[in-house]
Amino acid sequence: MSDINISERQAGDVTILDLEGKVTIGEGSVALRGAIRRLLGEGKNKILLNLGSVGYIDSSGIGELVSSFTAVNKEGGSLKLLNLTQKIQDLLAITKLLTVFDVYDDEASALASFN
Amino acid sequence: MTLQEEFNLPSRIESVDEAALKADDFAKKSGLGDDFISSIDLAVRESVANAVKHGNKFDESKIVEIKLAKSDTGFEMSVRDHGSGFDPEEIPDPTDPENLLKASGRGILFMRAFMDEVEWTNADGGGTIVRMKKKQ
Repeated sequence: MSDINISERQAGDVTILDLEGKVTIGEGSVALRGAIRRLLGEGKNKILLNLGSVGYIDSSGIGELVSSFTAVNKEGGSLKLLNLTQKIQDLLAITKLLTVFDVYDDEASALASFN
Repeated sequence: MTLQEEFNLPSRIESVDEAALKADDFAKKSGLGDDFISSIDLAVRESVANAVKHGNKFDESKIVEIKLAKSDTGFEMSVRDHGSGFDPEEIPDPTDPENLLKASGRGILFMRAFMDEVEWTNADGGGTIVRMKKKQ
């Protein structure tokens, strides 16, 4: 079984990626990187990552979130985070990345923020 | 009473999960609580990932040696690689504004955040040992 499942939804010009599983060193991080690169290749650069069903993330996964953020910014787009678990919120606080990411806990507000 | 367990794993990514599973079993057998186990899990994953990736550089002929111990005062763990040595002081502070957007360099920060003591030493015969302790 795969460490992570990533499914894609479209809400207007915003692409929502629902992540489920683990974003960790190896498969999880690689899958996220691939998904972001594919979206950017398709010209989709408004991306909302729903992390509500991510049971585990490590420093490699956090690094992949940062890489995704910078890759999307470089293309003139924006990447935001939705539904952080308490654990992910703690890790982003420790790394001071809560000051970097735009974080939302409801989808409607997150989508509205892109406009 | 002290419980102890030792095991060796090959230098591949899958060993990170394997080490975490073994540490989880050990921690449960030792009667540790969920929050404690969650901290151990993160520290095991980060330290073994460092050993596999940065220490042994994915060379599967080199093993990662892991020791777990639970005593009345808390939980201790050591992870040894067979790499060329490591100086934690050389790792830039990932929370420094100029490093915030770097993709790597946060594993040590997590280990220090979730364990009470973390120290690195050069092993006799080469490699690095990281010893971590979480008090109870």
